[in-house]
Amino acid sequence: MQSFTLQRPSGLAEAARLGAEGGEFIAGGTDMLQLMKEWVRTPDRLVDLDPVLDPRIEAGPQGLRIGAGARMEAVAVHPEVARIAPAISEALLESASPQVRNLATMGGNLLQRTRCGYFRDAGVAACNKRRPGSGCAAIGGENRIHAVLGTSGQCIATHPSDFAVALVALEATLHLAGPDGERDMPIHHLYRTWDTHPEQETNLRPGEIIAAIQVPATALSRNARYLKVRDRAAFEWALLSAAVGLEIDGGTVRAARVAMGGVGTKPWRMRAVEAALIGKPANDDSYAAAAAHATEGAVARGENAYKITLMPRVLARALALAGGAA
Amino acid sequence: MNTQDSHTAPAPGVTLLVNGTRHHLAIGPEVTLLDALRERLNLTGAKKGCDLGQCGACTVILDGKRVNSCLVLAARAQDRPITTIEGLAADGRLHPLQQAFITHDAFQCGYCTPGQIMSGVALIEEGRGHDEAEIRKHMSGNLCRCGAYANIIAAIREAAART
Amino acid sequence: MSLIGQPLPRVDGPDKVTGRAHYAADFPADRMAHAAVVQSTIARGRITGFDLAEAEQVPGVLAILTHRNAPRLGKIPEIPPVDPVGTPEHPLQDDLVLHQNQHIAVVVAETLEQARWAASRVRVSYAPEPAVIDMQATLRHARPASKDEISAKPGNVGRGDADATLASAAVTVDSLSVMERENQNPIELHATTAQWDSDGERLTVWDKTQWVQSCAKHLGAAFNIPPERVHVIDPFIGGAFGSSLRVWPHTYIAAMAAKVVGRPVKLVLSRREYYGGTGARPWTQQRVRLGADRDGSLQAIRHEVTAENSRYEIYTENVLKATPILYRCRNVDLPYRVALRDVNSPNAMRGPGLATGVYALELAMDELAVALKMDPLALRLRNIPERDQMKDLPFSSISLEQCLTEAASRFGWDRRNHQPGSMRDGRLQLGWGMAVSNYPAEKVKATARARVTAKGEVHVATASSDMGPGTWTSVTQVAADTLDLAMEQVKLSIGDSALPMAPVHGGSMTISSIGPAVRDACEKLRGAVYGAAGVNTGDILEIARRIGRDFEAEGAFDPGDLEERFSMEGFGAVFAEVTVDPDTSEIRVRRITGAYGIGKVVNPLLARSQCIGGMMGGIGMALLEQTEIDRRSGRFVNGNLAEYLVPTMADTPALDVTFVPEEDRNVGGLGTKGLGEIALVGVAPAIANAVFHATGKRLRHLPMTPDRLAMA
Ligand SMILES: Cc1cc2nc3c(=O)[nH]c(=O)nc-3n(C[C@H](O)[C@H](O)[C@H](O)COP(=O)(O)OP(=O)(O)OC[C@H]3O[C@@H](n4cnc5c(N)ncnc54)[C@H](O)[C@@H]3O)c2cc1C
Ligand code: SF4
Ligand code: FES
Ligand code: FES
Repeated sequence: MQSFTLQRPSGLAEAARLGAEGGEFIAGGTDMLQLMKEWVRTPDRLVDLDPVLDPRIEAGPQGLRIGAGARMEAVAVHPEVARIAPAISEALLESASPQVRNLATMGGNLLQRTRCGYFRDAGVAACNKRRPGSGCAAIGGENRIHAVLGTSGQCIATHPSDFAVALVALEATLHLAGPDGERDMPIHHLYRTWDTHPEQETNLRPGEIIAAIQVPATALSRNARYLKVRDRAAFEWALLSAAVGLEIDGGTVRAARVAMGGVGTKPWRMRAVEAALIGKPANDDSYAAAAAHATEGAVARGENAYKITLMPRVLARALALAGGAA
Repeated sequence: MNTQDSHTAPAPGVTLLVNGTRHHLAIGPEVTLLDALRERLNLTGAKKGCDLGQCGACTVILDGKRVNSCLVLAARAQDRPITTIEGLAADGRLHPLQQAFITHDAFQCGYCTPGQIMSGVALIEEGRGHDEAEIRKHMSGNLCRCGAYANIIAAIREAAART
Repeated sequence: MSLIGQPLPRVDGPDKVTGRAHYAADFPADRMAHAAVVQSTIARGRITGFDLAEAEQVPGVLAILTHRNAPRLGKIPEIPPVDPVGTPEHPLQDDLVLHQNQHIAVVVAETLEQARWAASRVRVSYAPEPAVIDMQATLRHARPASKDEISAKPGNVGRGDADATLASAAVTVDSLSVMERENQNPIELHATTAQWDSDGERLTVWDKTQWVQSCAKHLGAAFNIPPERVHVIDPFIGGAFGSSLRVWPHTYIAAMAAKVVGRPVKLVLSRREYYGGTGARPWTQQRVRLGADRDGSLQAIRHEVTAENSRYEIYTENVLKATPILYRCRNVDLPYRVALRDVNSPNAMRGPGLATGVYALELAMDELAVALKMDPLALRLRNIPERDQMKDLPFSSISLEQCLTEAASRFGWDRRNHQPGSMRDGRLQLGWGMAVSNYPAEKVKATARARVTAKGEVHVATASSDMGPGTWTSVTQVAADTLDLAMEQVKLSIGDSALPMAPVHGGSMTISSIGPAVRDACEKLRGAVYGAAGVNTGDILEIARRIGRDFEAEGAFDPGDLEERFSMEGFGAVFAEVTVDPDTSEIRVRRITGAYGIGKVVNPLLARSQCIGGMMGGIGMALLEQTEIDRRSGRFVNGNLAEYLVPTMADTPALDVTFVPEEDRNVGGLGTKGLGEIALVGVAPAIANAVFHATGKRLRHLPMTPDRLAMA
């Protein structure tokens, strides 16, 4: 890596100010250092969030409050997390490796950058996310892992976080701390889709820090499940994934929350699927019928066409899991 | 740049506490823990296989937890206890997992081995060393291209049974 | 009791579990400087300029070498059997760009961080030329490999009349398959530490190499000094799988850099740099046509391969080696074609050639069994060869039938329902598949030295290496066994070019070649000691101590005319069980059983390790591994270890390994046949055939990833 200054703020407010002044945040560093070592990012000032972020995980009647500084591993194995939101535990235990999870923070997880191989290779000229206006090498290229929903001619990259998919299904809220104070943001507002500016991935303002994540405890969250599909059995980001919560009463689906990962440019909430489930008998036929809506608007770009084939099947399976199947 | 009320890393210098010994290094914040160990302290037991967190060969125990030392800035490991493979054997006696690796031939080329052992030691501490499915899943951050996994599983189970 | 055949733990185990084993990047040196390469970002063309201004500003930079100022290299030699035909890269010698991620400059600096930082700031301008990368475009210009290019490997020359027989055969299959490029990806990064002595006449190199002496010859030629003045050291190789057979450009670059700065220089390629800085198992397309009688007797085989190649070298391999000998068949045709594209040259990867060829052949055999409505095992058994019909020689020994029946019974093959898609475990589809494995039992000339000192220490030395199979241990076993000593009493030295001549550490021939040379040296040593003492029995340590001087003996192995008398081949059989998730299209391997007839097993503990490692490699080949190259730019899109997928511990199935007893008195040497490669060869086809059995879908493209299954 190039030499840089490591700034150690003494509180969130100071950190936010340093961020607004152009310093880049580093928390666990597990994505930041990957990108810096490959010259995808070359900050000359890093603001160390680690000492100022809250690492606590708290469970209350409202649900879970996860400090953005909590480590993925700590959250993954936390018994209250498993009880209140098993989809979160599952998503985290299927993420990365124990070594990475011991370093990586929850805030950083949500803000990790895409795994698009063209983005991560600084020797590739065309990548709008890395060099705005340069084009998109993934279109017409090796795009097996790329998105089929929310894409544009500018960029077809997926967001890689597993955890974020679970959060979107569980309708989590982010507590943000910025240079101008604090605010809350629903998780689905965090990520942007893009027609023109794929380099602008989130709606965070300059210097704004994710301070904590609030997950409501509901009947839905308690039986929500996370299903991850990948080539090898571990240590790989999702090709596709689904986070699903169902509230079933007397054999009928009363409420549903469905999100998919690996298919969209951001964790993708499947509202049409949810709507198609409400009031339907909780059985495989309803799941399959509803899951068929998952691909509405999906556009294949060559090697990722299989995602459109698999989405309904994977989703139907995830629904069955959330509905109590083995 | 406004650094009045922030503490910019005093350049240069990092103190590392490795295997019980304190070392002061004149390095900047861009040096990773792995490179500090290997290139500055000549502790070459931790290996570099990817430098990106993707192979586990550089695994060390930091503050009691296994981590990829290639993804840790040495400056941020300042004064925190670090155990490397060189610090595992106590007074020349192999750690039970080191011995079990030999008994079960849990390596071939040996390059991933320090990382596997450090990861395995931590896994046993985490209480995950008894169940084969748990071992498989929670050792998957340590790649072994020689494919010694089946023997590594056997070695971990044996060492876990003893500790 | 003989030590040969004992499951002894590795003698280098304590070094490996404590971190004391030193690999190429682990050797300290005073005043070490660090180097980092700059790689090309075009696939073909010329470099028109370098802008070094920003790089030179980086503190600590000692030198930046490009083709404009780097030392001139002599002609790099072509040393068989490793180097391909053509003109190897002569790094930093001209402005030509032959492929992406080619080293085009190097920065030397005080620290690793400074070197990499400055390398990232070297700006290069190019005059690019149109490059052809896309395999489909490349295939249109494929051409037969020439005789020179094929050299001693099988290809183009067959026997009988395959075409005519196929036209009239009762049952035929026509099986097309593709295998993506694979990278060896040993976990050790490629590294070279180079140091010149003060007068610049001697070079010491710690290099990740499977052939220290060839490395010395290459460097000697490049730097115009006799090879004896190049000292190459590599006692431990952190896996190689073929990636360290050749001397790659970065090794010369490290030596150049050390020369220029007058200090020891360490150069470690990053994982991404490795993809363009070394080689890879080539992308191949194969078409296998089989013709058989209704009873399954093979009448004709036409096996055609088209393999990717670079434009500057032609690398061919033993893709068609197994086809003409594995089954009894009179008519065989073996076209070998090459398809050139603007990429870095491919090279050997574990089970070179055979892993590729046997995959396609065994896929076709499975299809033939389906066409014949026959048990795939019975089809194999029906066609067991009596002799090598290609060389027209008897086999030194062949246990193919025993391997098949033994593995089948351990696996429980008789419980297989042959109907595809008929077996299940709950939601999951279950598939059982099998394939044959084969690898030639190669052995070549080798030498060794044994010495007993007046103090009663025994030292054995040979220039061979150990990338993981256990050379350290098995060679010590041979020496201790011959001298009737305990393992701890023998000190072995390997991995050093100054030691007695040894062949390349690859191709599963190390123990077969080195082993007998060491035994010869030890026998001669014992003879010398006994002779001096006038005895013909006794402890040589004690005798040497009593006489009070050192004794030394040189030993050698020469296979002589063995090759002309026998066809020497190892055989095996592999059975695999897979599950396929019908919802997610994920394929997982549940268990593999392999039985091998490989002559004498020197150390069953280590031999089993080789086999389970080969099985894991085969799982990678079958299900995970592919080097994605952008078809327009030639960039390595998954040039790392996160998206280039190798099996993890979670992918490890139950692995069952057996060796059928095989006492081969014809094979020479210690009676060993080699194991490292055969352990990989049959695995991927067994898995592929199991996937067909599970799903009824014939996937013809490795790796069989969920996307390919979903779209099949
Ligand atoms: C080998 C490997 C495998 C992985 N596999 C998976 C996987 O399977 N699934 C998965 O989901 N993830 C996976 N990951 C990604 C991993 O989860 C992320 O790298 C990690 O969560 C990032 O957290 P961090 O604290 O290390 O972030 P950092 O690297 O420190 O930061 C990442 C980004 O977030 C910003 N940032 C960090 N914290 C905050 C904050 N609180 N407020 C505002 N900005 C912030 C930083 O500025 C930076 O831009 C893998 C990573 C590795 C290395
Ligand atoms: S998909 Fe997005 S990240 Fe990938 S190359 Fe295109 S613009 Fe860059
Ligand atoms: S070197 Fe750190 S994980 Fe590979
Ligand atoms: S022993 Fe070689 S990589 Fe694990």
